[in-house]
Amino acid sequence: MQITSFGFLLFAALLLAVYYLIPKRAQWALLLAASYCFYLWAGIEYLGFILLTTLSTYAATMAMAARQEKQEKFLAENKATISREERKAYKASVKRANRVYLIICLVLNFGILAVCKALLIEPFKTAASAGTFSFLSLGLPLGISFYMFQSMGYAVDVYRQTVKPERNPFKLALFVSFFPQLIQGPISKFGQLAPQLYSPKKFDGKQLSFGLQRMLWGYFKKLVIADRIAAAVFALRGPEYTGVAFFVLTVFYAIQIYGDFTGGIDIAVGLAQALGIKLPENFIRPYFSKNIAEYWRRWHISLGEWMKDYIFYPISVSQPMLKLSKAARKRMGNFGKRLPVYVASVATWLVTGIWHGLTPNFIVWGMLNCFFIVLSEECSGLYEKFHGRFHLKEKKWYGGFEILRMFILMNLIRIVDLFPRVGDYFARMGSLFTTFNFRILWDGTMLQLGLSALDYIILAGGIVLIFTVSLIQEKKGSVRELLWQKNPVLRYALIFALLVIVLLMGSYGFGYDASGFIYNAF
Amino acid sequence: MEKLLEILDELHPDVDFETEEHLIDNKILDSFDIVTIVAEIDAEYDVAIPAEELIPENFNSAKALYALVEKLMDE
Repeated sequence: MQITSFGFLLFAALLLAVYYLIPKRAQWALLLAASYCFYLWAGIEYLGFILLTTLSTYAATMAMAARQEKQEKFLAENKATISREERKAYKASVKRANRVYLIICLVLNFGILAVCKALLIEPFKTAASAGTFSFLSLGLPLGISFYMFQSMGYAVDVYRQTVKPERNPFKLALFVSFFPQLIQGPISKFGQLAPQLYSPKKFDGKQLSFGLQRMLWGYFKKLVIADRIAAAVFALRGPEYTGVAFFVLTVFYAIQIYGDFTGGIDIAVGLAQALGIKLPENFIRPYFSKNIAEYWRRWHISLGEWMKDYIFYPISVSQPMLKLSKAARKRMGNFGKRLPVYVASVATWLVTGIWHGLTPNFIVWGMLNCFFIVLSEECSGLYEKFHGRFHLKEKKWYGGFEILRMFILMNLIRIVDLFPRVGDYFARMGSLFTTFNFRILWDGTMLQLGLSALDYIILAGGIVLIFTVSLIQEKKGSVRELLWQKNPVLRYALIFALLVIVLLMGSYGFGYDASGFIYNAF
Repeated sequence: MEKLLEILDELHPDVDFETEEHLIDNKILDSFDIVTIVAEIDAEYDVAIPAEELIPENFNSAKALYALVEKLMDE
């Protein structure tokens, strides 16, 4: 079921009505039933995948919990008789034993994910479609990259004893499958999401209204902006579009992916809010970032947090890294101090790249991001001197320049997503310096990309609207909260106007593939 | 505590670590800083801070961080 479909809206409306009518203690069970309905709607053949992740996570966390409980009991009973060293050694042995359960769970799940992703690329793709791997030749199971990361994060948290394990397998199944975030996240942490999923919710008109408003805003971004510009992004990938046309592609793709991904997240977060559940924010107006580190703190935040907690930190504070740090410091001074951080960054960006797909372009994408993060870290001292010398930080225009610079840089890196053959990407990048075909902007080329003059006008209007809303959010906070304090007539007039815009100007499959979300493919 | 303050001061000379209590929430320390601090603490106190302790509550103030180091030394 596409979340942009009428069927989905009907499903959500029905769920909301029943959710607030039934006894509150049954609400979580209803959410579980709804999540599995949603999943089955996508295809019964995917059911095995999500069940396997749920069951293996449950088995591993229960096994770890049993050992941890035994440890607590043993330590409490023998508090007076055992020494500090014995206590430490006992704890370490329990941790070692639990590590085996954790590793089995991680290898099994990430192994499945790797096989699923490998089947999307050659030569495995051909073999799969020829029937060699029959039951796996289905394409990527719905939301697998998202629910799997969420579940594995939980398993690590139980191993680390930072959360209490969930004993009810059905409650755990809800945490894994909670449908609003199934398609493209956000990837939630157990400690933050689970208590909300299971607790009773009172009807709250304001939360319901805010949630629905946010969903509408998401549909606007997805249907009016992203799905409209998709046609031009597709056309501009053609080999004839080089130089300025390639630059235009990078900007159009930035607009498309912003509308698609942040729009989809708005729908997910909005629906959860209507259900009385607060999902983590995945974006904080990322295109207003002034440097690459800031950008990655504001774009796809939940994936970044996951990578930081479960890849970057464990590697960078591991014993071998601390040893490397000590040795490098003696030989290389300040750079040596930062070396472990850089090694961990390379590993983290490699994993982040692979998470998006197994084709070489995603590895290049990860490494380019890593390169610029390390470069900007290494040059930070130089930058500070430069800024101080010319008092640039106090000048307003300079802030605007930094934002524009970052927007262009990220566009040029991000566009490699679209070129599975990395050579094509570098050839296009080269053309930026050799082909100055500015005339394509006014010689009619832009009207041959599947967009009419009216489409450009709607896009321009939509982008101005999103920009204005983002600016208000940046300076004054929540726009819905501001509207809430205004006259209700004005508020509902604005919401109604947005609804009409979505209904009239949304791209409903007229020559577009309005169906999938980009991030659902990752 | 003084050694710890020295480590922090060297990283961000412009911050008053004795009073600041929102080092993470106010985005004064980023993940690179945190890893650098962990390495420095390891060198200075011979205490390895495990990844699961790298949470905002432990790094929001110098006081909280020192409490963590003392707790780990005690274990």
